[in-house]
Parts: sequence; C-alpha cells; structure tokens
Amino acid sequence: MTAMQDTTAKPEPRTFSERLARIVGRGPTHLILGLIALVWLVPSIGLLVTSFRPSADMRSTGWWTVLFEPRFTTANYERVLASEGIGEAFLNSLFITIPSTILPLLIASMAAFALAWVRFPFRDTVFLVIVAMLMVPVQVGFIPTVTGFRESGTGLLTNYGAVWLTHTAWALPFGIFLLRNFFITLPKDLIEAARIDGASNVGIFRTIVLPLSVPAIAAYGIFQFLWVWNDLLMSLIYAQRNAIQPMTVKVTQLLGTYATEWSLLSAAAFLIMIVPLIVFISLQRFFVQGLLAGSVK
Amino acid sequence: MTAASSPASTPVTGSGEQSRAPGHGFSWAALLFLGPAGLLLAVFIVFPAIYTAFLSFNRGRGGEFSEWVGLDNWIRLFTQDPNFLRIGFPPSGALWNNVLWIIFFVSFTVLFGLIIAVMATRVKYEAWVKGIVFLPQAIAATSLAIIWRFVYSPDPNTGLLNAVLGIANVGPLSVLGNPATVNWALIAVGIWGSVGFATVILSAAIKGISSEVLEAARVDGATEPQIFWRIIVPMVSLPISVVAVTLLVGVIKLFDLIFVMTTGGPGASSRVIAFSMYQEAFPSGQFGYGAAIAVVMLLLLVPVMIFNIRRFRAEAVQQ
Repeated sequence: MTAMQDTTAKPEPRTFSERLARIVGRGPTHLILGLIALVWLVPSIGLLVTSFRPSADMRSTGWWTVLFEPRFTTANYERVLASEGIGEAFLNSLFITIPSTILPLLIASMAAFALAWVRFPFRDTVFLVIVAMLMVPVQVGFIPTVTGFRESGTGLLTNYGAVWLTHTAWALPFGIFLLRNFFITLPKDLIEAARIDGASNVGIFRTIVLPLSVPAIAAYGIFQFLWVWNDLLMSLIYAQRNAIQPMTVKVTQLLGTYATEWSLLSAAAFLIMIVPLIVFISLQRFFVQGLLAGSVK
Repeated sequence: MTAASSPASTPVTGSGEQSRAPGHGFSWAALLFLGPAGLLLAVFIVFPAIYTAFLSFNRGRGGEFSEWVGLDNWIRLFTQDPNFLRIGFPPSGALWNNVLWIIFFVSFTVLFGLIIAVMATRVKYEAWVKGIVFLPQAIAATSLAIIWRFVYSPDPNTGLLNAVLGIANVGPLSVLGNPATVNWALIAVGIWGSVGFATVILSAAIKGISSEVLEAARVDGATEPQIFWRIIVPMVSLPISVVAVTLLVGVIKLFDLIFVMTTGGPGASSRVIAFSMYQEAFPSGQFGYGAAIAVVMLLLLVPVMIFNIRRFRAEAVQQ
C-alpha cells in the first residue's frame, strides 16, 4: 500500500521556486472558492442583519452600513411574534409537522417490512407500483380530495386533519422505497433464525428490523420533518382556516400586506429557518446519508 | 411485473428462501403490514389521480362532474391560453418557462455542482465550502424567496444587487418587475438553492475515482481542463444523470419559490406549470381546466417513472 502510494504520489516540491509555483497555481482555486462562499453566505447574512436592525435604519440605509454604525434591536422579532400572528403560526407549524412525520414513519416502515421480509403474491409488482408513485405530482390529488373533504362534513380542512392525512399519504412512496431498500440489506440469517425460533412477523419487525434500522429511519424522519416544516403548497390547499395555518402560509400573507417592510419580513423568514437549521446542523450526518441513499441507490 | 419474470427472478428482495419462490399463498401478515399504507395510497393518490384524469374532460364546476366538454380544456390549454403556452417568437407561457428552467437551471446546477465538488477536493476547508453551499437545502423555499426578494429589491438602499450595480452607475433595475428578466432572476435563485445538492452527491462520486487514474493522466501531461472533461465527467456520468433527473423532476413540481417571489408575475410572465395548476383550479375555480394541467404534469413525469421502474427491475435481476 505504502509502496504504491510512493510511486504515484506527486513529488514534494524541493526548491523555493517549485513551492512558489505550487502556491500561485492554487491561487485561483482559493480565490474562486472564496467568492463562491461569499455569494452563498452574503444574501442570508444580509437578511439576518436586517432582522436585527431598527426599522427606521432599514428604511434609510442599506444593511451593509452596520459595519460602520452597528445598532441592533430585537423589536422586529417581538412584533412579528406577538402582533403579526407568527408566534401562533410557529406552534401551528409544529402541530402540523410532528404528526405528519410520525405517522408516515410508522406506516412506511410497516409496509417496507412486508415488502422486504414477508412473502405474498405480487410482492415485486407492489414494490414497482410504489416506485412509480414516487413520481406522481401532488397536484393530481388536489381537486378530488379538497372536494371530498369539503363535502364530507368532517371539518378536516379546518382542523389539521386534511393536512395530516395528505402529508402522510404523499410521504409514503419515498419512505417505503427508502426503508425497503435498507431493510433488505439486513442479515438474512438473523431473521430466518428468529423465524425458526418461532418469532412472529410482528416480533421480528419490532425486535430485529426496527432496532437495526435506526439510521435509515432517522434519515427518513429528518427528511419528512424538514419537508413538511418547509412546505407551503400543501398547507395553502389543505389548511383552510387562519388559526391553523403554518408559518410559511402566514409569511406569504405578511408579504401581501407589507411588501417592503423588510424588518418584519426578515424576522419572519428567520423564524421559519431556525428549526430546520437546528435539525440540520445537529443531525447532518443522517441527512447526508439519507440524501445519498435516496438519489444514488 | 410479468408472469414470465417472477419465477426466474426469485431474489428480487434478497429475502426469499431458495427452496420456495416468493409469493406462494395469501398472507395475513402482509395484509396487516401493508394495509394502512395501501389504504392511504389508494384514497389519497390512486383514486384522486383517476378522478382528476376524468375531470380534465369535464367543466368540473365545484370540483364535481358537472358537464362533459370533451377535449375543450385540452384544446384551450395548448392553443388558446397564452398564459400557459404561446407559440411564437419568442415563445412564452408557463410551459415554455418550465422548458427554460429545465435547460438552464438543470445544466448550470449540475455544472456548478461539479466544479465546486472538484475544486473543493483540493483544499483543506472542503467540508466548510460544501456545508456553506449546501445550507439552502435545509431552508424553506419561502425563506429563500424572501432572502432573494430582498437582494433584488429595486431600492439601492435596500437591495444588494442594485447597491452593487449602483457603484458601476447601472440601474436601479427591477429584475423581478420586468418580464424580460424575471425568469432569469428566478432561475438564478433556483440554481443558488440547489447547487449544494449537486455538490454533495457529485463530490461523493468523485471521491470514488481512483487517484491513480488522475495521477497517471497528470504524469502523461494532461491539463486540468482535460482531466475535468475527459476523465472526471465521464467517470461520474451516472451520478450526473441521477442528479439531473432529480433536478428535472423538481422543476416540473416547482411552485413555492415562484408563488412567494412573483406570484407568477409581472402579469403571467413567470408562471410555471405547477403555478398555473394552482391558479386556475383554486383562486379561479376552474376545476376541469386545473385538472387538465395536473394531468400534463403527470404526463411529463411518466418518462422518469418508466426510467425508474426499468432501473429497479434491472437491479433486481443483478442481485
């Protein structure tokens, strides 16, 4: 191994001029990567800074002037949370997202278990139908389901029920796909041995498959949580009462009322971002694993 | 799956006992485990999709079958609705905007993702660069849209873009208020939001290229652009196609960003298909017409669906 590396590794630069040439040669790489980092950071930093600036300052000067005259306040956050209804919407977002994450986790892992480890007729066909459903756009469901919910007299469109049910249903194809592909990689001997020992399917699912699949289930859970938390469209369609609408919907309404009140809009935008950022930064490992598993199987 | 393939391809799941082909006899356990998922998928996806397909041939008043109109919705969609498709020079409308998105958003996102992935492997702060570029992936499209509405603000005392242009004595420009620039401004935001996804996936693929291949090319005197185009790009062509297909699907489903940044405006100049579907069906209440647009979205995704199914059947046979 070491011998192989020795023959292929680039010789270390020996003279001063070689070393200089190498540093200069890398110069453009550092410069371009630095520029890229700036382009990706500055827009978000601008909005973050604005959310902490007094709104009078926001109206008179650009956010970049804080470098010369730093003046900060939390008044914008206080105002959007208290009087613009974003505080209530924050709770609605949680109330929409938590059941819409737990339900598909449970239902998809059950279905994925059956597709991976229970024998029944047309199993492969069922799985291919699920693969096909991955591509079906949510839009094909909107009109019949909204009509159905409205006419059912159950009030589901105004009490979270419709949002929970539809988010759960549309999360299943991806969840079943991801988890089934993980479940079939579990050691067959282990499951067959449990079966010979008389374990039931429910027992195998609970005591072997679920505990061994925590990374995959966590990845799917994070995806689904972020997806629902960040979603606007589904709530626009299925949460038809002000008091149950999540932050994404509330912020678009704020945008209609205060199109240039950047102090308020920026604070609201960051309140939407805060939970995903915490989830993402603390659970990044699972997130990237899931991403790799989901798209490059 | 066809009957011919099922007995031969026993190990589709890797779990079947060798002595018995999978799927002999009815299984209560399967029903118990698949039941809840099957019920939800049937009620909220399969049945509504069929209903929507039929509704596209109906007036659809109130979301119900009110009056059959044959192909009226379809004819109107492709020939009489300039907001959906206007064939001319240059073409315009929601469908055309999706074409622009597919061409420019997908190719530039993949290209930038690849370039950043390759460049980042050469520096010690690789994880930081990838992390920074990836961050928009975690952010709601709603927040992303507000970030960029702020950057694009026509007031040079607010919007960074016009502040920078002001230094060069250009502008102020209202890039989102001008039909000639609005789609390009939106596509730029889309690229900004998605490059991180491409970077992370492609970076993992590039790491899989043996360093001996690259070193051998360098020893033979290949230049860096040659190495990029002739070695790296062909060797990661499969992950590139997977990323491109994922982005393409994202474009056809694109809604939130457009809704928050422009609501399809000015006029209808930045509409995309998913926006038209929402607009025609809900605020305008033309359910039959909206149903036809939803079916167009589904039809555009059918080739990807077939591609995926083929890929999985092929993999199943290999296992």
